[in-house]
Formats: sequence, structure tokens, C-alpha cells
Amino acid sequence: MSTAAVQQENKWWSGGKSPFNASYGKVMMWYFLMSDAFTFGAFLISYGTIRFSQNHWVDPNHVFNSFPFAGHANLPLAFVSLMTFILIASSVTMVLAVHEGHKMNKAGVEKFMLWTILGGICFLGCQAWEWTHLLTAQHEVLVDGKIELWNTTVAHNPFGPEVMFNGKVVATPGPIAFGSYFFEITGFHGFHVFSGIIINIVMYIKAKMNHFEQRGHYEMIEKAGLYWHFVDLVWVFVFLCFYLI
Amino acid sequence: MSSSLSSSEISFQPEHSDSTKPIWKTFWILSALTIGELIIGLFIYNIHKGENPNATLVLAFKGMVCILTLAKAYYIVAVFMHLGSEIRNLIMTILVPLFLFIWFIIAFLWDGNSWKNLRNRYNGVNAVQTEQSTPAAKEKGAKD
Repeated sequence: MSTAAVQQENKWWSGGKSPFNASYGKVMMWYFLMSDAFTFGAFLISYGTIRFSQNHWVDPNHVFNSFPFAGHANLPLAFVSLMTFILIASSVTMVLAVHEGHKMNKAGVEKFMLWTILGGICFLGCQAWEWTHLLTAQHEVLVDGKIELWNTTVAHNPFGPEVMFNGKVVATPGPIAFGSYFFEITGFHGFHVFSGIIINIVMYIKAKMNHFEQRGHYEMIEKAGLYWHFVDLVWVFVFLCFYLI
Repeated sequence: MSSSLSSSEISFQPEHSDSTKPIWKTFWILSALTIGELIIGLFIYNIHKGENPNATLVLAFKGMVCILTLAKAYYIVAVFMHLGSEIRNLIMTILVPLFLFIWFIIAFLWDGNSWKNLRNRYNGVNAVQTEQSTPAAKEKGAKD
């Protein structure tokens, strides 16, 4: 019997059952994710507003062009692509965990939850490297007629328009908003990744302790999966706004 | 053995196929979209490195990248998060409010752009003298 036919036969709003054929917990997780989507959307749109209000903005391919262990090689977009693939892969293992849950396959759920947790930890490690690199880098900046060496913080960054100084091309201080927006938005996202990892660890432990076997279903894994996919989805947009456009 | 209904409010279990093929197919689609975005990103990088960056071409490439991102968002939400297989009304309660983003993005970017134009036009223009108008304002304020 197709779901479409069943949908038409049922009177969904007649009471006594969920009008969405979904449990309360799942619907509420969706609505929480909607609210979080607006929060992240507001942050990203405010970033866009400030960026549009400036005459000069940083070129992400100049800021984000390093790769771990590659020294000073110029590799724009390389490291962030790795981060994106790690998160997509961890999303796939999460879907596979939910899939195993539908088949009541405890071992399969445990295996894929472990891979998802590993993916999340790798992503956070990469983000930590990116932050450390920005905070400890030393770029030449022309400040008040002198060359100083600046890193990137929420208060300053060395990615302003380039000028000629003593026959050399050198940067000037960049828009202050860039640092705050970058660290704040990636930090807020990283915090979501971190809490998602904690939730996934709890899910793994519960699966291992037979909680879901006793309950008869793995729906909580599905709800944790919704949260994890949301985290991946936000990253797709952060990646777009900070690195691509 | 498949899972039992998770709660009494659910009428029927959605059909679950045993195959993981749609999952892997979506993974390859997402990877292809991401690689496409990266290639276009590198095009933009090369244009900026050149002598005379063509602003319209850069804008066109950025537009393409946005469309690829929206496609990625569609696949993640519809397949990975399963929203595509849910009851139509649930899909609508999620999708329709998100249309607010269309106004949200246009309005705020327009605002930011307008700020830039106003600043560029009026920065450095002398501020209007306000001494003559202040006593009148003070009197008016005392009356209120």
C-alpha cells in the first residue's frame, strides 16, 4: 500500500494521533533546528551586511591558503575542502547508523556511530588548526609609517588594501569586522559540532547498553542524526559565505 | 527484524528499504557538487590574480556557486534528514518559513550596500551647524 493512498484515507487532524505521522520528539527536533537555522542565518546575513557596507574586504584566497605540514605553500581552498569532505563523510556514516537502527542491527549502529564521532573529532581538530594558524601567523603590515608583524584576531587583521612602501608591496590593516565575524561564526558552529559529538557519544553508549534494544526502536539515533546533519548543513553555508563568495 | 513503532501517536511505519544505494548515491552527488564549487572557486581566484578582473564574470561564478550550495542543501535535507519522505504538511511547516530568508537576505544586503554608498558620498562633508536650532528645541522640550 503506497504512502500517498494512506495519507489520503487518514483524517490527519481528527485527534488521537500525530497529524504528521511523526513522534513528538522528532517534530520538536525539526522545530528546534528551524530556530537554529534562523540564528545562524542571522549571523551570516549580518556578516554579509557589514561586508557589503565596506569598500574593501579581505580576499579569502589570501587568508586561507595554508595546509598543515605544507609550510608556506600557497594552497587556496585546499584545507577547507578537506574539512568539508570530512563532515560530509561523517554525515554519510550517520545516515548509515540510522539505517542500521531501522533494521535493529545493534552492531551496525555502534560501528557507524563510532565513525561519525571520529569524523566530528577530525573536523574539530582541523578547525583548531585553522584558528591556531590565523592567531599565530605573522604578516607584514604598514602601520603609521612602520612595518609591523600582525596576526589575525577579533581586534585586528593584516588583510587591508596593499600599498607601495619603499618600493615593496605591503598590506595595510584590514576591516576589523572580518576577524570577529570569522571567529564568532566558526566558533559558534564549532560549538555545535562539539555538542553534536557529545550527543553522538551518549547515543553510542546507550546503544551499547541495550537501551534501544529494550525500547524496540532506534528513533533517538534518528533525532541525533537530524542534529548532526543540521551541523553539516550549516557548515555548507559557512563554507560558502567565508571561503567561496 | 525491523523496529517497532516508536510511540502511540504514529499511525504507520514509513517504508524502509534494506538497500543503502540511495545513501551512497547522495554521497556521490554531494561530493560532485562540492568539487564543482571548488573548481569555480579556483576560477574566481585565477580571475582575481589576472590583470583586469571582469566583475560581471566573477559575479556570475559566485551566482553559480550559490546555486550549487542550494542543491547541496536540498540533498542533505531531503535525503539525509529524510524530510523528503515525510508527510507533506510536515515538509511545508519546515519549508514555508524558510522563504523568509529570501526577503531577509535581499533586504539586509541592500541595506549594507546603501550604507556604503551613503558613507562614500557624505564622509568628509561638513556637519550642519546646530546652534540656532538648539534653544528652540530646549524650550519645546521644557514645555512637553
